[in-house]
Amino acid sequence: MSVLLVAEHNNSKLKPFTLNAITAASKIDTEVHVLVAGTNCEIISKELANVPLVKKVLVCDSPNYQNYLPENLAPLVTKVSEKYDHILASANTFGKNFMPRVAANLDVSQISDIIKINSPDTFVRPIYAGNAFATVKSNDKKKCITIRPTSFDPAERSGGSASVEKVDPVDIPNTSKFIKREETKSERPQLGTARVVVSGGRGLASGENFKLINDIADKLNAAVGASRAAVDAGYISNDHQVGQTGKVVVPDLYIAVGISGAIQHLAGMKESKIIVAINKDGEAPIFSVADYGLEADLFTALPEFLAELNKLNTIQK
Amino acid sequence: MKILVAVKRVVDYNVQIRVKEDGSGVHTENVKMSTNPPDDNAVEESVKLKEAGKVKEVIAISIGEDKAQETIRKALAVGADKGIHVKVDNYVEPLGIAKILKKIVEKEKPDMVFLGKQAIDDDCNQTGQMLAAMLNWPQATFTSKVNLKDKSVEIVREIDEGLETVEVNLPAVVTCDLRLNQPRFASLPNIMKAKKKPMEQLDAKEMGVDLTNRIQQLKVEEPPKRKAGIKVGSVAELVSKLKNEAKVI
Repeated sequence: MSVLLVAEHNNSKLKPFTLNAITAASKIDTEVHVLVAGTNCEIISKELANVPLVKKVLVCDSPNYQNYLPENLAPLVTKVSEKYDHILASANTFGKNFMPRVAANLDVSQISDIIKINSPDTFVRPIYAGNAFATVKSNDKKKCITIRPTSFDPAERSGGSASVEKVDPVDIPNTSKFIKREETKSERPQLGTARVVVSGGRGLASGENFKLINDIADKLNAAVGASRAAVDAGYISNDHQVGQTGKVVVPDLYIAVGISGAIQHLAGMKESKIIVAINKDGEAPIFSVADYGLEADLFTALPEFLAELNKLNTIQK
Repeated sequence: MKILVAVKRVVDYNVQIRVKEDGSGVHTENVKMSTNPPDDNAVEESVKLKEAGKVKEVIAISIGEDKAQETIRKALAVGADKGIHVKVDNYVEPLGIAKILKKIVEKEKPDMVFLGKQAIDDDCNQTGQMLAAMLNWPQATFTSKVNLKDKSVEIVREIDEGLETVEVNLPAVVTCDLRLNQPRFASLPNIMKAKKKPMEQLDAKEMGVDLTNRIQQLKVEEPPKRKAGIKVGSVAELVSKLKNEAKVI
């Protein structure tokens, strides 16, 4: 009854959400095994073997898996899954890409994006962009599941000593080719894992004005987010988008500036611990989820905010 | 070349959904229904490829109750050539939908199947990938750019870290993201013309596909509400509250 989790990494670094998924896996069964498929990815398997909740690491080191093409990865996961009743991955663009292929290969119905585990076959998942929570029970013998990483705490990284086992690669179909990946470079923390997020909306009125957001973000060591409206208006690139069609974030502090609070945006941030809204429209729906609302023109409020932050002796990092 | 484009009828994205008091689901009666938003992008891209002379025929398919035909008519009104409606009476999981689509693909033999990346009702994000696996085809998900070549398609995909470019051989499944294009509105004359375009009607029960749902929905409930916060009077008060009360800065 052990659980198989497919690790997300880039061959040199483990992606942090894998640790959140490990916590979720351990709530299904304590026998958590992690599959690392990649190229020259020994460092990843070592890192995972140190995670106390992990009992076994399976490594498949082959050029076939360098870029996690789903056409190549899914047959491997399908084969390895023979010995497991639960097959898990993070519900991000990594897990969403290959897991349904595994489910189809196994002829099982996937349970996507779970936020809570009630029992090994019963889970809670958001539907309608998080406007409703469904409790679902899977009747399939094998269960393919994707985990919403932000709903589970990351597992401890050190103190474990899991065994490491090699797994043979399987034939690949040679139907797809990786060309390139353009990762957005930023000095700031990653949006998905930042402790503080400062987001701008259409109220910013231009891309240049996002400097006001960036200045606050730098001061607070925060990631910069945006509403879909700001992205669609071309003020900022898409990878900053928070919401149903962007990223789901759960920071300690979320500051929404010039964001009205459309349903689609709220779906991406309303689980944040503390929410601040700065908007000149006192009726804006964002105020209904904000712990602290400031009804003000952002173009005067943001410079003042920065000035007040500068007065503080210490700021948490 | 031929494209099959799948469209789903869902509760309109602007509707604030209401959970049923008995926990059995959400209210969908007397609620505005529309095409699933990224499915509109899938239709638009198919039609653009046809207008560019790269694709000869675009077939729009929807699987659902009789009213799904409205969704197909909308695709026909913006440029699809033919519609296929597969009637199902109840909710069918993505696994079952993919099986129906596979049957249609085997019959129509398209070079590509376009779908939205995800439906905004059940938020599963599975159908395209499952169909690709069942057909043993390559796939491109979260597509934001399509460059169709003779025997392959080069795709830019939106991933968490930024953008990724892949090239997949044809035939292939492509799932579309919202920034792929700007879906057009149908003009009144085209809406009238669409009524005359052919629409094939099939019944899923007669297709020899196992549509048994594997997942039981035990209950649907409203997410916990955030308790209302306070309004502060000044920036200084806000910073003081964040520092001393919430202790987050």
